[in-house]
Amino acid sequence: MLTERVFMRKTKRGNILKIVREHYLRDDIICGSAICKHCPVSMQNDDDIVLVANPSAESSLFKFPIYLVPDTNVILDQIDIFEEDAICNMIILSTVQEEVKHRSSAVYKKFRDIVGRSPRHCYVFVNEHHKDTYVERKPGETANDRNDRAIRTATKWYDEHLQQSQLNIPKAKRIRVVLLTNDAKNREIAQNEGILAISVDEYVKSLTEHPLLQDKLKHKTYEVESSKNALFPPHLSPAEIHEGIKSGALLQGSFMASRENYLEGSVNVEGIEKFVLIQGRESLNRAVDGDVVAIRLLPEDQWSAPSEIILQDEENDPGDVLEEETEILAVKAEVEKTPTGVIVGIIRRKWRQYCGILQINQVSGSTRHIFVPAERKIPKVRIETRQAEHLKMQRIVVAIDNWPRHSRYPNGHFVRALGPLGDKDTENEVLLLEHDVPHSKWSEEVLSCLPKLPWIITNEDYERRKDLRDIFICSVDPPGCTDIDDALHCRELPNGRLEVGVHIADVSHFIRPGTALDKEASLRATTVYLVDKRIDMVPELLSSNLCSLLGGVERFAFSCVWEMDHNANILETRYHKSVIKSKSAMTYEQAQLIIDDPTQNHEIAKSLRHLNRLAKILKKKRIENGALILASPEIRFQVDSETHDPIEVEAKKMRETNSMVEEFMLLANVSVAEHIEREFPECAMLRRHPNPPQTNFEPLIKAGENQGFEIKTDCGKNLALSLDAAIKEDNPYFNTMLRILATRCMMQAVYFISGTVQNEEYFHYGLAAPIYTHFTSPIRRYADIIVHRLLAASIGADSTYAELLDKHRNSELCNNLNYRNRMAQYAGRASVALNTHLFFRGKTQEEEGYVLFVRKNALQILVPKFGLEGTIYLNIPKDNSRHKPGAPVFVFNKDEHTQQCGNIIFHSFDPVVVRLSLDSTNVQREKLVFELVKPYIEGFSVEPMELSVDDNDDQKASDKVSESTPKRPIGNADENKPKKKKNKKTKK
Amino acid sequence: MANQDLLSDQGLRLDGRRAHELRRIRCKLGVFSQPDGSAYLEQGNTKVLAAVYGPHQAPGKKSNHSEVIVNCQYSMAVFSTGERKNRPRGDRKSQEMTIHLQQTLRAAIKTELYPRSQIDVFIEVLQADGGNYCASVNAATLALIDAGICLKEYVCACTASLANGNVPLMDVSHLEEVSGGATLSVASLPSSNKIAFMEMSQRFHLDHLPKVLDHALQGCQQIMSILDKAVREHLALVGSASDWGNIAK
Ligand SMILES: [Zn+2]
Repeated sequence: MLTERVFMRKTKRGNILKIVREHYLRDDIICGSAICKHCPVSMQNDDDIVLVANPSAESSLFKFPIYLVPDTNVILDQIDIFEEDAICNMIILSTVQEEVKHRSSAVYKKFRDIVGRSPRHCYVFVNEHHKDTYVERKPGETANDRNDRAIRTATKWYDEHLQQSQLNIPKAKRIRVVLLTNDAKNREIAQNEGILAISVDEYVKSLTEHPLLQDKLKHKTYEVESSKNALFPPHLSPAEIHEGIKSGALLQGSFMASRENYLEGSVNVEGIEKFVLIQGRESLNRAVDGDVVAIRLLPEDQWSAPSEIILQDEENDPGDVLEEETEILAVKAEVEKTPTGVIVGIIRRKWRQYCGILQINQVSGSTRHIFVPAERKIPKVRIETRQAEHLKMQRIVVAIDNWPRHSRYPNGHFVRALGPLGDKDTENEVLLLEHDVPHSKWSEEVLSCLPKLPWIITNEDYERRKDLRDIFICSVDPPGCTDIDDALHCRELPNGRLEVGVHIADVSHFIRPGTALDKEASLRATTVYLVDKRIDMVPELLSSNLCSLLGGVERFAFSCVWEMDHNANILETRYHKSVIKSKSAMTYEQAQLIIDDPTQNHEIAKSLRHLNRLAKILKKKRIENGALILASPEIRFQVDSETHDPIEVEAKKMRETNSMVEEFMLLANVSVAEHIEREFPECAMLRRHPNPPQTNFEPLIKAGENQGFEIKTDCGKNLALSLDAAIKEDNPYFNTMLRILATRCMMQAVYFISGTVQNEEYFHYGLAAPIYTHFTSPIRRYADIIVHRLLAASIGADSTYAELLDKHRNSELCNNLNYRNRMAQYAGRASVALNTHLFFRGKTQEEEGYVLFVRKNALQILVPKFGLEGTIYLNIPKDNSRHKPGAPVFVFNKDEHTQQCGNIIFHSFDPVVVRLSLDSTNVQREKLVFELVKPYIEGFSVEPMELSVDDNDDQKASDKVSESTPKRPIGNADENKPKKKKNKKTKK
Repeated sequence: MANQDLLSDQGLRLDGRRAHELRRIRCKLGVFSQPDGSAYLEQGNTKVLAAVYGPHQAPGKKSNHSEVIVNCQYSMAVFSTGERKNRPRGDRKSQEMTIHLQQTLRAAIKTELYPRSQIDVFIEVLQADGGNYCASVNAATLALIDAGICLKEYVCACTASLANGNVPLMDVSHLEEVSGGATLSVASLPSSNKIAFMEMSQRFHLDHLPKVLDHALQGCQQIMSILDKAVREHLALVGSASDWGNIAK
């Protein structure tokens, strides 16, 4: 029990409410220092003593050892400094911690993580509940002033408290407590009160052993911004913004920069169906992608339309001037206009750390350089560093500090270097960081949750599970697949029915709720497939061994078994945990061969043929219901097994067997979804695919119209039918391109908890299924693990636990799963793009392509072979930056969306031939160049290549292959795990 | 999740208590002279008055030959919550609370000693800050003792809840009630380790019940010793005024 509780009252005034809360002050909170002799011994726990007795005295400013007490702003502003191990032995006051938490949850999360690391010796002192350090707000005092005073009081108490334990040490060697604050006024008051206080800049600079730490200092300018030389209008103050939003004069929304035009962006405002367009540098007013901003809507006569121009900020630092931007602002009267606005203030910055490269200042010896982010939506950043020479060939991470009105670019500081440019590992690291993919090594704690080898199935296991070892089960997967999470069987029953089983790896048997392994898996949420690398959701021992349903070995499975008639009608469904022994792990190709070979009549062949026949019926039923078949260009790389460089690219082949496996997975998912929704109406984890709003379809309808096809989008079924009807004899790829466009109109499918959404909204648009979930890939998706646990609980095979049935907790889990899934998808695509670049290094190829969009100054080209999209910039009269005198001129027709040059007209979907090559003139930023070959336009197109060049390339590629040692399929297997589920399609 | 923050990394709750600590309890017996027994009890910022009349003869039609009738009335002062209440009593919540209190008190009173009689217990919550039921039970116990009614033993009540999904909290305040998960209210007869009443504010996984219940019962135990001390002090005071000490000599 506690010894004393002094009772205090803390009042908070809301609107009218007076809230009275108790505030207990304690005398059992210890100071956490190893030298202390005065804190109550009974309360001490060795884990709580984190401040060491002999902190090193590295600062040249202090001749004695010190403990640091940072204030709130120091932590918020200089979080990157605190990431360094050189900063240690800190006392974190609860006042500071609360303020940090309140002001920035991102910084708080990082900070908490730092504080938790044991070598840092950071002690959290709950000064707000300590009887000697609590201060009450004085009448008239602002909350900030009170907190500053609380921090000073606590610092002073600490200093005095520690002195008492050091009476036997000479004064000059005693540990002192130093307040770290950048507020000069606060420092002065502190010094007057006898407290040591110092600014972070001074402190970091005094750490002579860590000179490079200075680069990481965030530059905070305190100078008043003058409107002289200002490039941007000032931002409104928070109070003005608040007023404006309340009165309706301003709107709030999150800003999204355009990827294609750096002078354009849009704001998603709640309550306005369309995105609000923002055009021009002054209107964008220093907003960075993701920021929450306040906008003023322009009067309707000043509305504009998204420009058709593709514009990239490619100049080297031109100084703080703005170039002409009349081009995008030129109002196009005829085009349909969208709401347009200007950004007047920033409500919340969503700045994160960005990966990119350094663009060295031409002036030698200068420490000011430009940082070019990898993400095109992010502006360039000015940074100061003394190690430019070292960093110029590296990928680096930079944080933005501020963006003053007179500066063309924001200011930032260097955080860390990732590795040399062009290095595969560095580039992958960039990719993973940019997409927020957790990819650290498995911690000891996680690994300790794994089963001990050799793993043996006990008699008890056989008793509790259904023994299916004698059944002819097999798995069908892409070549080289090591994480096999599904297997199938089909056999005739004596009663004439067919028994079909889908057997899924029993991952939830190994991943028990609440363990470190479970937490890590739920954080990662999904396995991420890069071209040459797989970032597993669970450790390899599980993903490629114990859980994987390999051929010929006994494995635990969760089986879903149906009895069907020969028309694929389900008559009965059973679920049970089982032990299986897959008879064969086949590739799609092998399975196809067995089905097609009439001489093979063994059990597996029979089973496969039944499955194949049933799958066709199932697919037909599904499509009759209105399920969509969409397309996205998917390609796979042949990767060299040693260098991991891509050797050859090919489009993925679809065989009947792909579709066969897919149909049964869909069926299992639907069956399980129905079952868990029935058993747990409030807390089942399901997946839905919302109906896209009609406005999404506008580009698709327009594109169809231009080609003389009517695309009906009122419901999924009509869309499917009209897509089927849109076939052009002379352009076989036309239909696929329409389907690619349709894919981009779709919403993202999401996980959700049944109790949080109305029943009608469970619908899965793409599959035309009233209810759906993910059950079939627990090795690589966390949602499936939750579904397995729910299903196991409902059939009595496993026990429930509190969190499983907690609707709110699971809703939050869904948010994370959805976020990670999206990021994993983007990362996968980025990886393909990266490898395409690698593939084209030192290579030039001519390929067939199609015009996807016609823009005002460019043609967007799709090359199906590589799934690549690129831009051919055209010569437009009056376009100052790209106009080449004497070159042929293109004329843009706004109504028909065509470009004309002489007698050649470019429409959407027109076939072209383009030459692809990699522009490596800028080593730091390679880019793929598209040049027109066919149709030939004098002075614009490039001459077709001579064949010999091609031959050479082939020769080179085959050389590479022959060099490599016997190829294991692992390298290229990872990336082409089939996108089995239809709902993986996304809106771009 | 809201209740993630109910317990800090340092093991302190929002108001500075540790997970297993009660709020401060202050109480006084015999605050009024009109009723037969009365008591005032503060449990943190929850403040309750209880008054007991009786036992007196039960009205003819209601009377029961073998046992006493316990009649409760629970009401909340209009100023007891942040926003003014419209009806101090008679709403569904109060009615429910009345029934719960009646049940709880009957479990403690030696009902068989008072046939054909009735005991009226009036409870007024002056200020509500979580655990109203518990404070009411505790105050009523004191008032019954003050009225000299025979009890089997003290009946004490305490709440418990869960923080961060697995740490049980004792005696939750209003803030913790609304931002946390389910709250368990338990009234027990601590000396004999019997539970007189138990209620849950929401659904709650069975796995957590034992430890939360255990915390609530520990709370009851602690409250009993506080109440017991208050009763002894009160008696000593009353006794000295009436010169009991000398009579005994
Ligand atoms: Zn101490």
